[in-house]
Amino acid sequence: MTIKEIENQIIEEFSVFDEWMDKYQYIIDLGKQLTLIDEKEKTEENLIKGCQSRVWLCCKEEEGKLFFFADSDAIITKGIISLLIRVFNGQTAEDILNADLNFIKEIGLESNLSPTRSNGLLSMIKQIKLYALAYKEKNKNN
Amino acid sequence: MNVIINKIREEFPALSQQMNGKNLIYLDNAATTQKPKSVLSLLEKMSGEINANVHRAMYDLSNKATILYEGAREDVRKFINAPKRENIIFTSGATASINLVAKSFCEKFLKKGDSVLIAADSHHSNIVPWQLAVEKVGGEIKVLPVDSNGELCIEQLNSLIDSKVKIVACSHISNILGIINPIEEIVKIAHDKGVPVLIDGAQGIVHCKVDVQELDCDFYVFSTHKIYGATGSGVLYGKEELLNKMPPYMGGGDMVDTVRFEKTTYAPLPLKFEAGTPNFIGNATLSPALSFLDCVRGNREERLFDNIENKEISKSVKKEEENIKEFVYQALQHDVKDVEIYGNPKNPEKKIPLFSFNIKNCNSSDIAQILDKLGIAIRSGLMCAEPLLNRFGANGALRASFAMYNTLEEAQKFIEALVKAKKMLS
Repeated sequence: MTIKEIENQIIEEFSVFDEWMDKYQYIIDLGKQLTLIDEKEKTEENLIKGCQSRVWLCCKEEEGKLFFFADSDAIITKGIISLLIRVFNGQTAEDILNADLNFIKEIGLESNLSPTRSNGLLSMIKQIKLYALAYKEKNKNN
Repeated sequence: MNVIINKIREEFPALSQQMNGKNLIYLDNAATTQKPKSVLSLLEKMSGEINANVHRAMYDLSNKATILYEGAREDVRKFINAPKRENIIFTSGATASINLVAKSFCEKFLKKGDSVLIAADSHHSNIVPWQLAVEKVGGEIKVLPVDSNGELCIEQLNSLIDSKVKIVACSHISNILGIINPIEEIVKIAHDKGVPVLIDGAQGIVHCKVDVQELDCDFYVFSTHKIYGATGSGVLYGKEELLNKMPPYMGGGDMVDTVRFEKTTYAPLPLKFEAGTPNFIGNATLSPALSFLDCVRGNREERLFDNIENKEISKSVKKEEENIKEFVYQALQHDVKDVEIYGNPKNPEKKIPLFSFNIKNCNSSDIAQILDKLGIAIRSGLMCAEPLLNRFGANGALRASFAMYNTLEEAQKFIEALVKAKKMLS
């Protein structure tokens, strides 16, 4: 599936929630299900530090596709991370760089991505794009 | 519902709004307080009408603004019982006040190898300015530790103040622990060794009566916005002798006597430290803000409400505060459960209604986000006191800080919300 298709799928899933509580509960559950990042990847280098919560992120390439592993000490942040990973996992560096995400806004969680929320999410998206850029450059040189 | 507290609440328009479709419960008062109508109307009047630069002109409007500005200085002087107007410097806030002292005092009195002693429960504002200042002279920072209850290890103070320590800086009440520190004792021990003391009163001035002459501290600083006044304004109280010896912090208009390209002489105190156009409107709001607080404390004859004596208000506010303190302290432990509270003084009277805590296996930002949805404003994260939270092994915490307008009902809703959030997250 393309990034856009996965985004639309998520928007569809979230459309069933009328109550904020159900929506948050769903995100919390997603956060709990997120595959944990390998403890040895929880390094200073992979840490994105925010005042409110911390996020760890690393990236691997397999057959021209990128895969992300992440963790956070805050479960709501982790839930949103799991959505981001779902969107970006298995995509090419090119597609990730060109992606213009809108599902976070569509499902009513845009305040979590505002620069005023120091939870590391905004920096995480930037970091994902940086990884994509790095792999794109690397592949060009090979 | 407490009738008097309700009347107080009516004076604060911001309290009657909704947040996320729920009645706002504002419990972040240690960060900033809401403003009473008297402060709001002065802000409006001075912005829209009595707006002219202070100290500079012959015309009536400038004179009126200057009267309000200097009137606030006199009101601050009386409020903390400073000897003279020369002791009261207006700044942009407690942070600016500490930066002023750190820069100017250290420049004059510190040399290579000297040190500044700060308390471990300090806000970043009482850490970083000193670090910047000692770095310049090649000095160092020493730290007075806190024990596991969050109380300062005052018994170590005497030995920590060696001949290299040139100033002691500590908070009256820490913004995380909410414990009233024994500042009288600290001042006495430091003075016995001839070392001056700066007190960060950002939280202290709100909850304690401060008499700078009785306390005998050398500097006392606070912010206007935490004491029901406007933002961008603050106070530095300093002893005249020290302030006279310290060099100016910033140069500009209003702080000068005569200006020549070869040499400028400075204006006498307090203007020596007030370069440029001051925030005269913000500073002027200290008059209504302190007057309001004085009425609520029962220290003023002139009534806040026509049919109620100020003493009655004071009694009622104190009682509500005690009830809230007792209730929250118990409920955190027995209703919410698995809670670690930071700041548990042996004498419970030393605790203000401010609770920093963590719930086991729950991240502070998750809880705060759910509470936001329930209309409750509390603080989460590092709260500008990273070294202190690290001392207790925490990467963040939650903080609920109550003010004179908060009710026991709000405290109850806050606890219910915590229980709900904890359940969602577990």
